[in-house]
Amino acid sequence: MSQLALVIDLNVCVGCHACVTSCKEWNTSGTAGYMSDDRPYGEDPTGTFFNRVQTFEIGEYPNTDTVHFPKSCLHCEDPPCVPVCPTGASYKRPEDGIVLVDYDKCIGCKYCSWACPYGVRELDEHQKVMKKCTLCVDRIYDQSLPEAERKPACVMACPTSARLFGDVHDPESEVSIAIRESGGFALMPEWGTHPANHYLPRRKTQITIHKDELVRADNPLKKEGKLPKPDINEPSLDDVTSW
Amino acid sequence: MHPAFSVILLTTLIGAGQGLFLALYTGESYSVVELLPPQSSQFYALGSAIAVVFLIGGLAASFFHLGHPERAWRSAAMWRTSWLSREVIVLPLVIGLIALYGLAHYLRLDLKIFGVETNVRGDLTLLIGAAGSLATFGLFICTGMIYACIKFLQEWHSPLTVINYILLGTACGFTLATAFAVYGAPDLVNFYGAWAIIITLAALVTRAASLIRNARIRHKSSLRTAIGVRHSKITQKSQGLMGGSFNTREFFHGTPLWFFRSVKWIFLVLVFPVPVALLLAGLLGHSLTLLYTAFVVQYAGLLAERWFFFAQANHPQNLYYQTVG
Ligand code: SF4
Ligand code: SF4
Repeated sequence: MSQLALVIDLNVCVGCHACVTSCKEWNTSGTAGYMSDDRPYGEDPTGTFFNRVQTFEIGEYPNTDTVHFPKSCLHCEDPPCVPVCPTGASYKRPEDGIVLVDYDKCIGCKYCSWACPYGVRELDEHQKVMKKCTLCVDRIYDQSLPEAERKPACVMACPTSARLFGDVHDPESEVSIAIRESGGFALMPEWGTHPANHYLPRRKTQITIHKDELVRADNPLKKEGKLPKPDINEPSLDDVTSW
Repeated sequence: MHPAFSVILLTTLIGAGQGLFLALYTGESYSVVELLPPQSSQFYALGSAIAVVFLIGGLAASFFHLGHPERAWRSAAMWRTSWLSREVIVLPLVIGLIALYGLAHYLRLDLKIFGVETNVRGDLTLLIGAAGSLATFGLFICTGMIYACIKFLQEWHSPLTVINYILLGTACGFTLATAFAVYGAPDLVNFYGAWAIIITLAALVTRAASLIRNARIRHKSSLRTAIGVRHSKITQKSQGLMGGSFNTREFFHGTPLWFFRSVKWIFLVLVFPVPVALLLAGLLGHSLTLLYTAFVVQYAGLLAERWFFFAQANHPQNLYYQTVG
Protein backbone atom coordinates (compact mmCIF):
# COMPACT_ATOMS: atom_id res chain seq x y z
CA MET A 1 0.00 0.00 0.00
CA SER A 2 1.40 3.30 -0.95
CA GLN A 3 0.85 6.67 0.67
CA LEU A 4 1.41 9.59 -1.61
CA ALA A 5 2.49 12.78 0.09
CA LEU A 6 4.34 16.04 -0.20
CA VAL A 7 7.54 16.90 1.58
CA ILE A 8 8.05 20.62 1.96
CA ASP A 9 11.49 21.98 2.62
CA LEU A 10 11.19 25.03 4.86
CA ASN A 11 14.87 25.65 4.33
CA VAL A 12 14.31 26.34 0.67
CA CYS A 13 10.84 27.88 0.46
CA VAL A 14 11.11 31.57 -0.35
CA GLY A 15 7.43 32.33 0.12
CA CYS A 16 6.73 33.28 -3.49
CA HIS A 17 3.19 31.79 -3.54
CA ALA A 18 3.81 30.17 -6.93
CA CYS A 19 2.38 26.92 -5.56
CA VAL A 20 -0.73 28.76 -4.37
CA THR A 21 -1.48 30.29 -7.72
CA SER A 22 -0.69 27.22 -9.79
CA CYS A 23 -2.79 25.09 -7.45
CA LYS A 24 -5.71 27.44 -7.85
CA GLU A 25 -5.22 27.64 -11.61
CA TRP A 26 -5.13 23.88 -12.06
CA ASN A 27 -7.93 23.03 -9.69
CA THR A 28 -10.32 25.80 -10.68
CA SER A 29 -10.13 24.60 -14.29
CA GLY A 30 -10.73 20.93 -13.52
CA THR A 31 -13.77 18.76 -14.02
CA ALA A 32 -14.68 19.08 -10.36
CA GLY A 33 -15.76 22.66 -10.95
CA TYR A 34 -14.44 26.08 -10.19
CA MET A 35 -13.08 27.30 -6.87
CA SER A 36 -14.97 30.36 -5.71
CA ASP A 37 -13.41 33.79 -5.80
CA ASP A 38 -15.41 36.72 -4.51
CA ARG A 39 -14.36 40.33 -5.01
CA PRO A 40 -10.81 39.29 -5.96
CA TYR A 41 -9.86 42.90 -6.65
CA GLY A 42 -12.31 44.45 -4.19
CA GLU A 43 -11.97 45.64 -0.68
CA ASP A 44 -12.76 42.39 1.04
CA PRO A 45 -11.58 39.54 -1.19
CA THR A 46 -12.34 35.97 -0.25
CA GLY A 47 -12.17 32.64 -1.97
CA THR A 48 -11.44 28.96 -1.76
CA PHE A 49 -7.86 27.75 -1.80
CA PHE A 50 -6.37 24.31 -1.28
CA ASN A 51 -3.00 25.70 -0.37
CA ARG A 52 -1.86 28.78 1.51
CA VAL A 53 1.61 30.11 2.20
CA GLN A 54 2.00 31.75 5.56
CA THR A 55 4.94 33.58 7.06
CA PHE A 56 6.28 33.36 10.59
CA GLU A 57 9.04 35.21 12.33
CA ILE A 58 11.13 33.22 14.76
CA GLY A 59 12.98 35.02 17.54
CA GLU A 60 13.26 38.65 18.43
CA TYR A 61 14.72 41.48 16.40
CA PRO A 62 17.56 41.61 15.42
CA ASN A 63 18.03 37.87 15.79
CA THR A 64 15.11 36.79 13.68
CA ASP A 65 14.55 34.10 11.18
CA THR A 66 11.76 34.19 8.64
CA VAL A 67 9.99 30.95 7.90
CA HIS A 68 7.64 30.71 4.94
CA PHE A 69 5.20 27.96 5.61
CA PRO A 70 3.05 26.40 2.86
CA LYS A 71 0.03 24.65 4.32
CA SER A 72 -2.37 22.24 2.63
CA CYS A 73 -4.11 19.00 3.56
CA LEU A 74 -1.51 16.64 5.00
CA HIS A 75 -3.33 13.48 3.87
CA CYS A 76 -3.09 12.10 7.39
CA GLU A 77 -2.58 8.36 7.72
CA ASP A 78 -5.12 8.41 10.56
CA PRO A 79 -7.33 11.27 9.40
CA PRO A 80 -9.74 12.52 12.09
CA CYS A 81 -11.77 14.30 9.39
CA VAL A 82 -12.89 11.07 7.72
CA PRO A 83 -14.77 9.07 10.38
CA VAL A 84 -16.84 12.09 11.49
CA CYS A 85 -18.32 12.67 8.03
CA PRO A 86 -21.97 11.56 8.24
CA THR A 87 -22.38 10.94 4.51
CA GLY A 88 -19.15 9.19 3.64
CA ALA A 89 -18.30 12.05 1.28
CA SER A 90 -14.91 12.36 2.96
CA TYR A 91 -12.84 9.28 2.44
CA LYS A 92 -9.29 8.03 2.29
CA ARG A 93 -8.35 6.04 -0.76
CA PRO A 94 -6.88 2.70 0.26
CA GLU A 95 -4.73 2.41 -2.84
CA ASP A 96 -2.68 5.59 -2.50
CA GLY A 97 -3.74 7.17 0.80
CA ILE A 98 -5.13 10.36 -0.73
CA VAL A 99 -7.91 11.91 1.37
CA LEU A 100 -10.70 13.15 -0.89
CA VAL A 101 -14.16 14.68 -0.72
CA ASP A 102 -16.90 13.42 -3.02
CA TYR A 103 -18.52 16.72 -3.99
CA ASP A 104 -21.68 14.95 -5.11
CA LYS A 105 -22.27 13.42 -1.70
CA CYS A 106 -21.13 16.25 0.57
CA ILE A 107 -24.02 18.02 2.33
CA GLY A 108 -21.86 20.93 3.48
CA CYS A 109 -22.33 20.32 7.20
CA LYS A 110 -18.75 21.51 7.90
CA TYR A 111 -18.25 18.88 10.57
CA CYS A 112 -15.08 17.54 8.93
CA SER A 113 -13.51 21.00 8.99
CA TRP A 114 -14.07 21.08 12.74
CA ALA A 115 -12.40 17.70 12.98
CA CYS A 116 -9.21 18.72 11.13
CA PRO A 117 -6.73 20.33 13.53
CA TYR A 118 -4.81 21.99 10.71
CA GLY A 119 -7.55 24.16 9.19
CA VAL A 120 -6.97 23.02 5.63
CA ARG A 121 -10.55 22.26 4.66
CA GLU A 122 -12.51 25.15 3.22
CA LEU A 123 -16.20 25.25 2.46
CA ASP A 124 -16.80 26.65 -1.00
CA GLU A 125 -19.13 29.60 -0.50
CA HIS A 126 -20.95 29.06 -3.79
CA GLN A 127 -20.98 25.33 -4.33
CA LYS A 128 -21.55 24.79 -0.60
CA VAL A 129 -19.38 21.70 -0.45
CA MET A 130 -16.17 21.05 1.44
CA LYS A 131 -12.97 21.43 -0.53
CA LYS A 132 -9.40 20.51 0.12
CA CYS A 133 -6.17 19.49 -1.55
CA THR A 134 -6.56 16.42 -3.77
CA LEU A 135 -2.83 15.99 -4.41
CA CYS A 136 -3.91 16.73 -8.00
CA VAL A 137 -5.42 13.30 -8.27
CA ASP A 138 -6.61 14.28 -11.75
CA ARG A 139 -3.03 14.97 -12.86
CA ILE A 140 -0.75 12.45 -11.26
CA TYR A 141 -2.31 9.45 -13.03
CA ASP A 142 -3.01 11.18 -16.33
CA GLN A 143 -1.42 8.99 -19.02
CA SER A 144 -1.69 11.77 -21.58
CA LEU A 145 0.83 13.86 -19.69
CA PRO A 146 4.55 13.18 -20.05
CA GLU A 147 5.81 11.11 -17.15
CA ALA A 148 7.77 13.98 -15.65
CA GLU A 149 4.65 16.12 -15.43
CA ARG A 150 2.56 13.61 -13.52
CA LYS A 151 3.04 15.56 -10.32
CA PRO A 152 0.85 17.95 -8.38
CA ALA A 153 0.66 21.43 -9.89
CA CYS A 154 2.31 23.00 -6.84
CA VAL A 155 5.33 20.73 -7.16
CA MET A 156 5.67 21.60 -10.85
CA ALA A 157 5.46 25.31 -10.08
CA CYS A 158 7.88 25.62 -7.19
CA PRO A 159 10.89 27.59 -8.49
CA THR A 160 13.16 26.47 -5.66
CA SER A 161 12.15 22.79 -5.64
CA ALA A 162 11.02 23.14 -2.06
CA ARG A 163 8.21 20.67 -2.70
CA LEU A 164 8.90 16.98 -3.21
CA PHE A 165 6.23 14.46 -4.13
CA GLY A 166 6.22 10.72 -3.77
CA ASP A 167 5.31 7.62 -1.82
CA VAL A 168 6.30 7.90 1.83
CA HIS A 169 5.71 4.16 2.36
CA ASP A 170 8.46 3.27 -0.07
CA PRO A 171 11.65 3.58 2.00
CA GLU A 172 13.76 4.26 -1.08
CA SER A 173 11.60 7.01 -2.56
CA GLU A 174 12.96 10.54 -2.82
CA VAL A 175 10.53 11.73 -0.16
CA SER A 176 11.33 8.96 2.30
CA ILE A 177 15.02 9.59 1.97
CA ALA A 178 14.49 13.31 2.45
CA ILE A 179 12.40 12.74 5.59
CA ARG A 180 14.89 10.26 6.96
CA GLU A 181 18.09 12.07 6.19
CA SER A 182 17.09 15.71 6.50
CA GLY A 183 15.10 15.62 9.71
CA GLY A 184 11.59 15.55 8.27
CA PHE A 185 8.89 16.20 10.87
CA ALA A 186 5.09 16.10 11.13
CA LEU A 187 2.82 18.92 12.27
CA MET A 188 1.01 18.73 15.61
CA PRO A 189 2.14 15.20 16.41
CA GLU A 190 0.22 15.50 19.70
CA TRP A 191 -3.08 14.54 18.03
CA GLY A 192 -1.94 11.23 16.58
CA THR A 193 -3.12 12.06 13.07
CA HIS A 194 0.13 10.80 11.53
CA PRO A 195 0.25 13.28 8.67
CA ALA A 196 1.65 11.82 5.47
CA ASN A 197 3.02 15.20 4.41
CA HIS A 198 6.24 16.12 6.14
CA TYR A 199 8.26 19.28 6.50
CA LEU A 200 12.02 19.61 6.42
CA PRO A 201 13.39 22.03 9.00
CA ARG A 202 15.38 25.20 8.47
CA ARG A 203 19.02 24.22 8.38
CA LYS A 204 21.91 26.61 8.79
CA THR A 205 25.33 26.06 7.30
CA GLN A 206 27.80 26.68 10.08
CA ILE A 207 31.51 26.21 10.67
CA THR A 208 33.03 25.88 14.06
CA ILE A 209 36.03 28.15 14.77
CA HIS A 210 38.06 27.43 17.85
CA LYS A 211 39.61 30.26 19.76
CA ASP A 212 43.20 29.39 18.92
CA GLU A 213 42.32 29.47 15.26
CA LEU A 214 41.65 33.19 15.56
CA VAL A 215 45.30 33.86 16.30
CA ARG A 216 48.06 32.93 13.87
CA ALA A 217 50.47 30.50 15.41
CA ASP A 218 53.41 31.55 13.18
CA ASN A 219 53.39 35.12 14.39
CA PRO A 220 56.45 35.62 16.52
CA LEU A 221 55.89 39.35 16.94
CA LYS A 222 52.31 38.71 18.14
CA LYS A 223 51.24 41.56 15.92
CA GLU A 224 47.99 41.06 14.05
CA GLY A 225 47.28 42.96 10.91
CA LYS A 226 48.54 43.06 7.37
CA LEU A 227 52.05 41.80 6.87
CA PRO A 228 54.54 44.35 5.61
CA LYS A 229 54.99 44.15 1.87
CA PRO A 230 58.26 42.40 1.05
CA ASP A 231 60.64 44.13 -1.23
CA ILE A 232 60.12 43.53 -4.90
CA ASN A 233 63.56 41.89 -5.11
CA GLU A 234 63.07 39.60 -2.22
CA PRO A 235 62.35 36.00 -2.98
CA SER A 236 58.77 35.03 -2.65
CA LEU A 237 57.47 31.79 -1.19
CA ASP A 238 57.28 29.97 -4.44
CA ASP A 239 60.06 31.95 -6.19
CA VAL A 240 57.70 32.63 -9.05
CA THR A 241 55.12 35.14 -8.02
CA SER A 242 56.05 38.48 -6.70
CA TRP A 243 54.19 41.61 -5.72
CA MET B 1 -15.70 28.40 17.15
CA HIS B 2 -18.25 30.55 15.40
CA PRO B 3 -21.65 29.92 17.00
CA ALA B 4 -24.10 29.14 14.18
CA PHE B 5 -27.61 30.22 15.06
CA SER B 6 -29.12 27.17 13.37
CA VAL B 7 -27.15 24.82 15.59
CA ILE B 8 -27.94 26.85 18.73
CA LEU B 9 -31.65 26.57 17.89
CA LEU B 10 -31.36 22.90 17.00
CA THR B 11 -29.71 21.85 20.25
CA THR B 12 -31.84 24.00 22.56
CA LEU B 13 -35.18 23.15 20.90
CA ILE B 14 -34.64 19.41 20.80
CA GLY B 15 -33.31 19.56 24.38
CA ALA B 16 -36.57 21.19 25.57
CA GLY B 17 -38.69 18.70 23.60
CA GLN B 18 -36.76 15.72 24.92
CA GLY B 19 -36.97 17.05 28.48
CA LEU B 20 -40.72 17.60 28.20
CA PHE B 21 -41.23 14.06 27.00
CA LEU B 22 -39.11 12.67 29.83
CA ALA B 23 -41.25 14.68 32.26
CA LEU B 24 -44.47 13.27 30.79
CA TYR B 25 -43.18 9.74 30.93
CA THR B 26 -41.86 10.14 34.47
CA GLY B 27 -45.30 11.35 35.54
CA GLU B 28 -46.97 8.37 33.90
CA SER B 29 -44.54 5.85 35.40
CA TYR B 30 -45.08 7.29 38.88
CA SER B 31 -48.83 7.03 38.43
CA VAL B 32 -48.61 3.35 37.49
CA VAL B 33 -47.01 2.51 40.82
CA GLU B 34 -49.53 4.86 42.42
CA LEU B 35 -47.08 7.40 43.69
CA LEU B 36 -48.98 10.06 41.77
CA PRO B 37 -52.60 10.27 40.69
CA PRO B 38 -53.19 9.15 37.09
CA GLN B 39 -53.78 11.85 34.51
CA SER B 40 -56.11 12.18 31.57
CA SER B 41 -55.02 10.83 28.22
CA GLN B 42 -55.46 14.29 26.75
CA PHE B 43 -52.73 15.62 29.02
CA TYR B 44 -50.18 13.14 27.71
CA ALA B 45 -51.39 13.45 24.13
CA LEU B 46 -51.18 17.23 24.12
CA GLY B 47 -47.86 17.19 25.99
CA SER B 48 -46.39 14.79 23.43
CA ALA B 49 -47.66 17.01 20.64
CA ILE B 50 -45.84 19.99 22.17
CA ALA B 51 -42.66 17.93 22.55
CA VAL B 52 -42.91 16.86 18.91
CA VAL B 53 -43.34 20.49 17.83
CA PHE B 54 -40.13 21.42 19.66
CA LEU B 55 -38.23 18.53 18.12
CA ILE B 56 -39.47 19.25 14.62
CA GLY B 57 -38.58 22.90 15.11
CA GLY B 58 -35.05 21.82 15.99
CA LEU B 59 -34.90 19.51 12.99
CA ALA B 60 -36.05 22.32 10.72
CA ALA B 61 -33.43 24.68 12.16
CA SER B 62 -30.70 22.12 11.50
CA PHE B 63 -31.40 22.23 7.76
CA PHE B 64 -30.32 25.85 7.66
CA HIS B 65 -26.89 24.72 8.76
CA LEU B 66 -26.38 22.56 5.68
CA GLY B 67 -24.96 23.67 2.38
CA HIS B 68 -27.04 21.05 0.58
CA PRO B 69 -30.16 20.33 2.64
CA GLU B 70 -31.66 18.37 -0.26
CA ARG B 71 -28.96 15.74 0.25
CA ALA B 72 -29.55 15.50 4.00
CA TRP B 73 -30.82 11.93 3.68
CA ARG B 74 -27.29 10.86 2.81
CA SER B 75 -26.13 11.73 6.29
CA ALA B 76 -27.61 8.56 7.77
CA ALA B 77 -24.98 6.52 5.95
CA MET B 78 -21.97 6.53 8.25
CA TRP B 79 -23.57 5.69 11.61
CA ARG B 80 -20.78 3.23 12.34
CA THR B 81 -18.22 6.00 12.76
CA SER B 82 -19.97 9.36 12.93
CA TRP B 83 -21.91 10.70 15.91
CA LEU B 84 -23.52 13.23 13.61
CA SER B 85 -24.84 10.41 11.48
CA ARG B 86 -26.13 8.66 14.58
CA GLU B 87 -27.93 11.81 15.65
CA VAL B 88 -29.50 12.07 12.22
CA ILE B 89 -30.93 8.57 12.69
CA VAL B 90 -31.99 8.89 16.33
CA LEU B 91 -33.70 12.29 16.02
CA PRO B 92 -36.49 11.12 13.69
CA LEU B 93 -36.74 7.95 15.76
CA VAL B 94 -37.36 10.03 18.89
CA ILE B 95 -39.91 12.17 17.08
CA GLY B 96 -41.67 9.05 15.82
CA LEU B 97 -41.77 7.33 19.20
CA ILE B 98 -43.04 10.44 20.99
CA ALA B 99 -45.69 10.93 18.33
CA LEU B 100 -46.70 7.29 18.70
CA TYR B 101 -46.78 7.67 22.47
CA GLY B 102 -49.07 10.70 22.16
CA LEU B 103 -51.25 8.93 19.61
CA ALA B 104 -51.62 5.82 21.75
CA HIS B 105 -52.74 8.06 24.60
CA TYR B 106 -55.06 10.03 22.39
CA LEU B 107 -56.75 6.88 21.08
CA ARG B 108 -56.54 5.24 24.52
CA LEU B 109 -54.88 2.16 23.05
CA ASP B 110 -53.41 -0.62 25.14
CA LEU B 111 -51.91 -4.02 24.51
CA LYS B 112 -55.38 -5.51 24.02
CA ILE B 113 -55.19 -4.47 20.39
CA PHE B 114 -52.48 -7.10 20.04
CA GLY B 115 -54.58 -9.57 22.02
CA VAL B 116 -52.41 -9.34 25.15
CA GLU B 117 -54.10 -8.84 28.51
CA THR B 118 -51.86 -7.42 31.24
CA ASN B 119 -54.26 -5.60 33.57
CA VAL B 120 -51.78 -2.74 33.80
CA ARG B 121 -53.27 0.64 33.06
CA GLY B 122 -51.76 2.03 29.85
CA ASP B 123 -49.41 -0.90 29.27
CA LEU B 124 -48.93 -0.01 25.61
CA THR B 125 -48.05 3.63 26.27
CA LEU B 126 -45.67 2.53 29.02
CA LEU B 127 -43.83 0.32 26.54
CA ILE B 128 -43.70 2.96 23.84
CA GLY B 129 -42.66 5.52 26.44
CA ALA B 130 -39.85 3.28 27.67
CA ALA B 131 -38.54 2.96 24.13
CA GLY B 132 -38.99 6.69 23.67
CA SER B 133 -37.05 7.44 26.86
CA LEU B 134 -34.20 5.21 25.78
CA ALA B 135 -34.12 6.88 22.38
CA THR B 136 -34.30 10.30 24.05
CA PHE B 137 -31.25 9.57 26.16
CA GLY B 138 -29.58 8.16 23.08
CA LEU B 139 -30.26 11.42 21.30
CA PHE B 140 -28.80 13.45 24.16
CA ILE B 141 -25.69 11.29 24.03
CA CYS B 142 -25.39 11.64 20.24
CA THR B 143 -25.76 15.41 20.44
CA GLY B 144 -23.21 15.71 23.21
CA MET B 145 -20.76 13.30 21.59
CA ILE B 146 -20.77 15.26 18.32
CA TYR B 147 -18.86 17.88 20.27
CA ALA B 148 -17.17 15.76 22.91
CA CYS B 149 -15.59 13.36 20.43
CA ILE B 150 -13.31 15.93 18.78
CA LYS B 151 -10.26 15.57 20.93
CA PHE B 152 -8.43 18.71 19.92
CA LEU B 153 -11.40 20.90 20.77
CA GLN B 154 -10.27 20.48 24.33
CA GLU B 155 -13.04 22.62 25.83
CA TRP B 156 -15.55 20.08 24.50
CA HIS B 157 -13.57 16.88 24.86
CA SER B 158 -14.96 15.87 28.22
CA PRO B 159 -17.81 13.72 29.60
CA LEU B 160 -19.13 16.96 31.11
CA THR B 161 -20.23 18.03 27.63
CA VAL B 162 -22.61 15.08 27.34
CA ILE B 163 -23.80 15.42 30.95
CA ASN B 164 -24.54 19.09 30.42
CA TYR B 165 -26.57 18.40 27.30
CA ILE B 166 -28.62 15.85 29.23
CA LEU B 167 -29.15 17.96 32.34
CA LEU B 168 -29.75 21.31 30.64
CA GLY B 169 -32.24 19.84 28.17
CA THR B 170 -34.06 17.92 30.88
CA ALA B 171 -34.17 20.93 33.21
CA CYS B 172 -35.69 23.06 30.47
CA GLY B 173 -38.23 20.34 29.63
CA PHE B 174 -39.29 19.92 33.25
CA THR B 175 -39.71 23.67 33.66
CA LEU B 176 -41.96 23.64 30.60
CA ALA B 177 -43.83 20.62 31.98
CA THR B 178 -44.46 22.52 35.24
CA ALA B 179 -46.22 25.34 33.44
CA PHE B 180 -47.99 22.96 31.08
CA ALA B 181 -49.28 20.81 33.96
CA VAL B 182 -51.23 23.77 35.34
CA TYR B 183 -53.71 23.24 32.49
CA GLY B 184 -54.00 19.52 32.20
CA ALA B 185 -52.69 18.01 35.41
CA PRO B 186 -52.80 20.34 38.41
CA ASP B 187 -51.79 17.43 40.69
CA LEU B 188 -48.44 17.21 38.97
CA VAL B 189 -47.44 20.88 39.13
CA ASN B 190 -45.57 20.56 42.39
CA PHE B 191 -43.97 17.29 41.31
CA TYR B 192 -42.68 18.75 38.06
CA GLY B 193 -41.73 22.02 39.69
CA ALA B 194 -39.65 20.30 42.36
CA TRP B 195 -37.87 18.17 39.78
CA ALA B 196 -37.30 21.16 37.54
CA ILE B 197 -35.58 22.94 40.42
CA ILE B 198 -33.52 19.89 41.36
CA ILE B 199 -32.38 19.22 37.79
CA THR B 200 -31.63 22.89 37.21
CA LEU B 201 -29.43 22.94 40.31
CA ALA B 202 -27.73 19.72 39.23
CA ALA B 203 -27.08 21.27 35.82
CA LEU B 204 -25.62 24.31 37.56
CA VAL B 205 -23.11 22.07 39.29
CA THR B 206 -22.03 20.28 36.12
CA ARG B 207 -22.02 23.40 33.94
CA ALA B 208 -19.98 25.24 36.55
CA ALA B 209 -17.64 22.26 36.65
CA SER B 210 -17.09 22.51 32.92
CA LEU B 211 -16.55 26.28 33.16
CA ILE B 212 -13.93 25.74 35.85
CA ARG B 213 -12.32 22.96 33.82
CA ASN B 214 -12.21 25.14 30.73
CA ALA B 215 -10.76 28.09 32.61
CA ARG B 216 -7.81 25.95 33.65
CA ILE B 217 -7.31 24.14 30.38
CA ARG B 218 -3.81 23.92 28.98
CA HIS B 219 -3.88 23.71 25.23
CA LYS B 220 -1.71 20.96 23.87
CA SER B 221 -1.04 22.67 20.55
CA SER B 222 1.02 25.78 20.19
CA LEU B 223 2.69 27.60 17.32
CA ARG B 224 5.71 25.45 18.07
CA THR B 225 3.94 22.21 17.26
CA ALA B 226 1.86 23.90 14.55
CA ILE B 227 4.87 24.79 12.42
CA GLY B 228 7.41 22.51 14.06
CA VAL B 229 9.90 25.17 15.12
CA ARG B 230 11.14 24.93 18.64
CA HIS B 231 11.41 28.50 19.81
CA SER B 232 9.62 30.35 22.57
CA LYS B 233 9.00 33.40 20.44
CA ILE B 234 7.20 32.81 17.16
CA THR B 235 5.04 35.51 15.60
CA GLN B 236 2.90 35.22 12.54
CA LYS B 237 3.65 37.83 9.91
CA SER B 238 1.17 36.75 7.27
CA GLN B 239 -1.61 34.19 7.07
CA GLY B 240 -1.39 34.02 3.32
CA LEU B 241 -4.54 36.00 2.57
CA MET B 242 -5.48 39.63 2.90
CA GLY B 243 -9.26 39.29 3.16
CA GLY B 244 -11.23 36.70 5.07
CA SER B 245 -11.53 33.02 4.34
CA PHE B 246 -13.59 30.11 5.59
CA ASN B 247 -10.90 29.60 8.22
CA THR B 248 -11.20 33.10 9.62
CA ARG B 249 -15.00 33.01 9.65
CA GLU B 250 -15.88 29.53 10.87
CA PHE B 251 -13.50 29.19 13.79
CA PHE B 252 -13.60 32.56 15.54
CA HIS B 253 -16.61 33.97 17.37
CA GLY B 254 -15.57 37.42 16.22
CA THR B 255 -16.96 39.40 19.15
CA PRO B 256 -15.08 41.61 21.58
CA LEU B 257 -13.89 40.10 24.83
CA TRP B 258 -16.30 42.09 27.00
CA PHE B 259 -19.23 40.67 25.01
CA PHE B 260 -17.91 37.13 25.26
CA ARG B 261 -17.44 37.50 29.01
CA SER B 262 -20.83 39.06 29.62
CA VAL B 263 -22.62 36.25 27.79
CA LYS B 264 -21.19 33.88 30.35
CA TRP B 265 -22.70 35.82 33.24
CA ILE B 266 -25.94 36.38 31.37
CA PHE B 267 -26.47 32.68 30.85
CA LEU B 268 -25.36 31.79 34.36
CA VAL B 269 -28.04 34.12 35.71
CA LEU B 270 -30.81 33.34 33.22
CA VAL B 271 -30.49 29.55 33.18
CA PHE B 272 -30.10 28.87 36.88
CA PRO B 273 -31.08 31.34 39.68
CA VAL B 274 -33.83 33.26 37.89
CA PRO B 275 -35.86 30.24 36.73
CA VAL B 276 -35.42 28.58 40.12
CA ALA B 277 -36.71 31.71 41.87
CA LEU B 278 -39.57 32.06 39.39
CA LEU B 279 -40.49 28.39 39.78
CA LEU B 280 -40.51 28.70 43.56
CA ALA B 281 -42.58 31.86 43.44
CA GLY B 282 -44.93 30.36 40.87
CA LEU B 283 -45.42 27.16 42.86
CA LEU B 284 -46.00 28.97 46.12
CA GLY B 285 -48.14 31.70 44.60
CA HIS B 286 -50.02 29.39 42.17
CA SER B 287 -49.15 31.73 39.34
CA LEU B 288 -49.19 30.35 35.83
CA THR B 289 -47.58 33.51 34.46
CA LEU B 290 -44.57 33.09 36.71
CA LEU B 291 -44.18 29.44 35.72
CA TYR B 292 -44.30 30.27 32.03
CA THR B 293 -41.89 33.15 32.57
CA ALA B 294 -39.56 30.65 34.23
CA PHE B 295 -39.56 28.56 31.07
CA VAL B 296 -39.13 31.50 28.71
CA VAL B 297 -36.28 32.95 30.76
CA GLN B 298 -34.57 29.59 31.03
CA TYR B 299 -34.90 28.95 27.31
CA ALA B 300 -33.49 32.39 26.50
CA GLY B 301 -30.66 31.67 28.92
CA LEU B 302 -29.97 28.38 27.18
CA LEU B 303 -29.62 30.20 23.86
CA ALA B 304 -26.91 32.30 25.50
CA GLU B 305 -25.43 29.18 27.10
CA ARG B 306 -25.16 27.46 23.73
CA TRP B 307 -23.64 30.55 22.12
CA PHE B 308 -21.01 30.58 24.83
CA PHE B 309 -20.44 26.85 24.50
CA PHE B 310 -19.44 27.32 20.87
CA ALA B 311 -17.60 30.60 21.29
CA GLN B 312 -15.47 29.25 24.10
CA ALA B 313 -14.10 26.32 22.12
CA ASN B 314 -10.68 27.15 20.81
CA HIS B 315 -9.77 25.32 17.62
CA PRO B 316 -6.06 24.61 17.09
CA GLN B 317 -6.36 25.80 13.48
CA ASN B 318 -6.70 29.33 14.90
CA LEU B 319 -2.96 29.20 15.59
CA TYR B 320 -2.45 29.52 11.85
CA TYR B 321 -4.74 32.52 11.52
CA GLN B 322 -3.47 35.13 13.95
CA THR B 323 -2.23 37.93 11.70
CA VAL B 324 -3.55 39.12 8.36
CA GLY B 325 -0.18 40.31 7.12
S1 SF4 C 1 -4.77 17.49 7.16
FE1 SF4 C 1 -6.85 17.75 7.93
S2 SF4 C 1 -8.13 17.45 6.11
FE2 SF4 C 1 -6.13 16.60 5.61
S3 SF4 C 1 -6.29 14.40 6.15
FE3 SF4 C 1 -5.40 15.47 7.92
S4 SF4 C 1 -7.17 15.92 9.22
FE4 SF4 C 1 -7.99 15.46 7.18
S1 SF4 D 1 -18.99 18.96 5.02
FE1 SF4 D 1 -19.25 17.30 3.53
S2 SF4 D 1 -17.34 16.15 3.63
FE2 SF4 D 1 -17.45 17.42 5.48
S3 SF4 D 1 -18.39 16.12 7.06
FE3 SF4 D 1 -20.06 17.27 6.08
S4 SF4 D 1 -20.79 15.93 4.44
FE4 SF4 D 1 -18.76 15.14 5.06
